[in-house]
Amino acid sequence: MSQTITIEVLRYRPETDAEPFFQTYTVPHLEDGVVLDALNYVKDHIDPTLSYRWSCHMAVCGSCGMMINGEPKLSCHAFLRDYGGRVIRVEPLDHFPIERDLVIVMESFIDKLSSVKPYVIPKAEKPIEQGEYLQTPLQLMAFKQYTQCINCLLCYAACPQIALNDDFVGPAALALAHRYNLDSRDGGKGERADVVASNQGIWECTFVGACSEVCPKHVDPAAAIQQTKISASLDWFKARLLPGAN
Amino acid sequence: MSRRPYVRKVERSWWLAHPRYVAYMVREITSLFIVLYCALLVVGLVRLAQGPAAWEGFVAAVSSPVNVVFQLGCLAFATYHSVTWFAVTPKAMPLVLKGERVPSKTIVAAHYVAWAAVSLVVLVAVGN
Repeated sequence: MSQTITIEVLRYRPETDAEPFFQTYTVPHLEDGVVLDALNYVKDHIDPTLSYRWSCHMAVCGSCGMMINGEPKLSCHAFLRDYGGRVIRVEPLDHFPIERDLVIVMESFIDKLSSVKPYVIPKAEKPIEQGEYLQTPLQLMAFKQYTQCINCLLCYAACPQIALNDDFVGPAALALAHRYNLDSRDGGKGERADVVASNQGIWECTFVGACSEVCPKHVDPAAAIQQTKISASLDWFKARLLPGAN
Repeated sequence: MSRRPYVRKVERSWWLAHPRYVAYMVREITSLFIVLYCALLVVGLVRLAQGPAAWEGFVAAVSSPVNVVFQLGCLAFATYHSVTWFAVTPKAMPLVLKGERVPSKTIVAAHYVAWAAVSLVVLVAVGN
């Protein structure tokens, strides 16, 4: 082991710890290593009790989001060399309860995601014999960036509105609602509006913009939410000025 | 073994944790000056409706050095808000023309052109 790096990891073992504490580990510094590699080294060689989520190691599965030196990041995407040999502090994602060590409780997000019905609700069901619901490349372009969301929750950890109000539906769920609302095959916008256009939906967003800054897939949830605000406002006026138009 | 999730407290100083949150708070706080300036305009309208003497008094009041500094501050903050808003307009109002996304720079530039045009019309109207 020629070069080493120090990482401080927030530990919390519910059966023994009253509250979380930082534990320091020294691990090999690999030029092409990422923070997840450092955690895997700890788990394999130093302390097998360390708990954290990960799966793909290639910024696709969205499991390994953590606070790294205070910034929400995928730990598989945070290169050790970018920290210039300084101590790296690793914590569970902000704004979520800690289940154990770096593992967060994410039920609240799953409930929020389900509440916006993130799936195509066809305008009119048609039998299979009538074929697929076709879509042109131009129709796909309208929402493609929002399909890139991997539910990694970095945006929730960055959003101060989530910190201040647990009930805010939040960036990823609202971006996915927008994704389906923009889909030419979809007719579920009205069904989603009860949640999306509620006080706990888009109107709780104050456009801090942090969600889009930290998104590893360039989904830009802040843009989706602002576009939804415009669209929901137009729908509100339409419903009152042109009754029966929809 | 039963679960015992640990909930971390949000510090009152959360907005000092990162420059992006500080910038956000600056945007929020400076917007108060926009509200105050709108209130000043409303007061001006009320004084105008009350007759020449009331209007002269209003003009004298807004010409005081303290008030001029306040208005210059409002102008600076309004400009700051206009610039930051124009910068995010491509996010809020993306445009597709003839199957191609209109570049963000074009959308932002169009806002500056519209701003200049409206300012020009207002200046000409005031000049007459």
